[in-house]
Amino acid sequence: MIAKQVNQKAWFMVLPVFLVVAFSAIIPLLTVVNYSVQDTFGNNQFFWVGMDWFRDLIHSERFHDAFFRQISFSAIILAIEIPLGIVIALAMPKKGWGVPVCLISMALPLLIPWNVVGTIWQIFGRVDIGLLGHTLAAMGIDYNYTQDPVAAWLTIIVMDVWHWTSLVVLLCYAGLCSIPDAYYQAAKIDGASRIAVFRYIQLPKMQRVLLIAVLLRFMDSFMIYTEPFVITGGGPGNSTTFMSIDLVKMAIGQFDLGPAAAMSLIYFLVILLLSWVFFTVMSNIGEESSNGGS
Amino acid sequence: MANITLKDIAHSYTGESDNPEDFALKKLNLTWRDGGAYALLGPSGCGKTTLLNIISGLLHPTRGEVRFDDRDITNQPTEERNIAQIFQFPVIYDTMTVFQNLAFPLKNRGRSGKEIEPRVIELAGILGLEKDLYTKAQHLTADSKQKISLGRGLIRKSVNAILFDEPLTVIDPQLKWELRSQLKFLHKKFGFTMIYVTHDQTEALTFADEVIVMYEGSIVQVGTPEALFEKPEHTFVGYFIGSPGMNVCPCELQKDRILVEGHELVLNSTYETVDPSAKIEVGIRPEHLTLAPPDTNGLPVKIIRVDDIGRHKIVRVAIKEREFNIVASDLSEMTGGMCSLIFDIDHTHMYVNDHLISGERK
Repeated sequence: MIAKQVNQKAWFMVLPVFLVVAFSAIIPLLTVVNYSVQDTFGNNQFFWVGMDWFRDLIHSERFHDAFFRQISFSAIILAIEIPLGIVIALAMPKKGWGVPVCLISMALPLLIPWNVVGTIWQIFGRVDIGLLGHTLAAMGIDYNYTQDPVAAWLTIIVMDVWHWTSLVVLLCYAGLCSIPDAYYQAAKIDGASRIAVFRYIQLPKMQRVLLIAVLLRFMDSFMIYTEPFVITGGGPGNSTTFMSIDLVKMAIGQFDLGPAAAMSLIYFLVILLLSWVFFTVMSNIGEESSNGGS
Repeated sequence: MANITLKDIAHSYTGESDNPEDFALKKLNLTWRDGGAYALLGPSGCGKTTLLNIISGLLHPTRGEVRFDDRDITNQPTEERNIAQIFQFPVIYDTMTVFQNLAFPLKNRGRSGKEIEPRVIELAGILGLEKDLYTKAQHLTADSKQKISLGRGLIRKSVNAILFDEPLTVIDPQLKWELRSQLKFLHKKFGFTMIYVTHDQTEALTFADEVIVMYEGSIVQVGTPEALFEKPEHTFVGYFIGSPGMNVCPCELQKDRILVEGHELVLNSTYETVDPSAKIEVGIRPEHLTLAPPDTNGLPVKIIRVDDIGRHKIVRVAIKEREFNIVASDLSEMTGGMCSLIFDIDHTHMYVNDHLISGERK
């Protein structure tokens, strides 16, 4: 047996990373934890309340509603953007002048800042001056996102699809481009149908980029704030008050620091948990019978 | 099963053109006999893969026709041609098991499970994959993956031909031998036409009844392994086949005599006068050259280097700027740096502009 050498100097090597992580994540997070277990009446006086804020929040209808709206929104966004992104990526040309044209027009929405996107759609959908709102009104369709929750949701969903489907498209396209020609040739030789090519070649080869696409789109849509804030301000009523909007209302509007801190932590844990679930499930797809032979 | 005929096939990747330089495959005519074992030999980029892809229908030739017996199938898609092709790098369907991979070509053609299963199990036995039949294909080694690719090519019994595009490149040398004999065995057993692309001459020569040598988009020689060795029809074939390749040396030709660097050699045939502006060369294999002590009746040459490669030695000699390789087994008579180079005139060939010319035998 050779005794394992212990070298304490190694700790100095990890110190920079430790410091960076501490200042970028751990310390800010702990201040939030600090607020979440105290109450204040101003004057910088704090009282220990323990888990009260968490208990209140978990039982409050307001939180349930915001959470449900948030989950529904992310589910709808993923259900639309992922399949749509795959379909567009499949339809994009693989060579010729069409490639740069498609790539640039796909990348353009991604370059627009969130609040500008919100403003664009806010004006676009207005019934009095907006191109979309006015046209729909002229066609006799009752559309007004400031009064009708369905119209408000539709506007935000269409806006998000317009803004972010490109990201899924570009990721899938990169995945598709990395498939060697020999795979398609072999599929032809094997007599595979177009659907079989998608199912057995393209989809498995896109699995990794799709995982990234789902994670990014999930996290982003779950944290959406700026666009609905600009378009509807969370209304009409509370119909588009997603968790982030609710959080800001609570923290800055009502200055309820304690409950807001508790909500932030729950919000963070939910995102962490769901991302982990997505990651685990998607990286295990197609692995079930892998232990069959060896 | 059918004879496959290529009629006036030419292919350019940039489309129809008047410039012969654009053509990756220059005009060629060839018939592949049903059940034959062919090797397609040539350096990288000479058009071997292009030719295969035209036969399998992955590429549509710019010019010419592909025929199966008398049927023109140039416009038939790959799926309908009933041809199997195996590529250089393993292509497997990652999410399927080995069994599903092997069954895939049959399943796509609507065969029943009852028919598929015994066939897959039989083939897996031949390829040595039976242990892994129910493992996901992506977890196997590169060797096994390539075996799966081979298996998918061999699974259909009724194929017109199986095209191999350097399938053993990624395989271990030892396993290469094993798989090569497996393929030979399968070819004998099932009698499919086999076209095997390679740039490895040993592979080509051991495999095939007939070898097709390609060079810069053209076929330069079709023949048995012996013919390629004994009588290369193009200097490229001479260089490419054999190790070391044929010695090719510029010379002057006058009827039955040649002048190599001012020294005269008498040949066994008389040649007609050729255009003096043409490139005239003499070609002889290293195996057909012998060394004799100096002042014997031969070309006076200087020994530059001797490489002992085990069974025999390769001697490199020079006469002025011209160098020759000689395969020799015994050099004990050679003393000093100078010796005489003796040509076996029965194996001495004349080339004009790289093509073999034949003379009248004396």
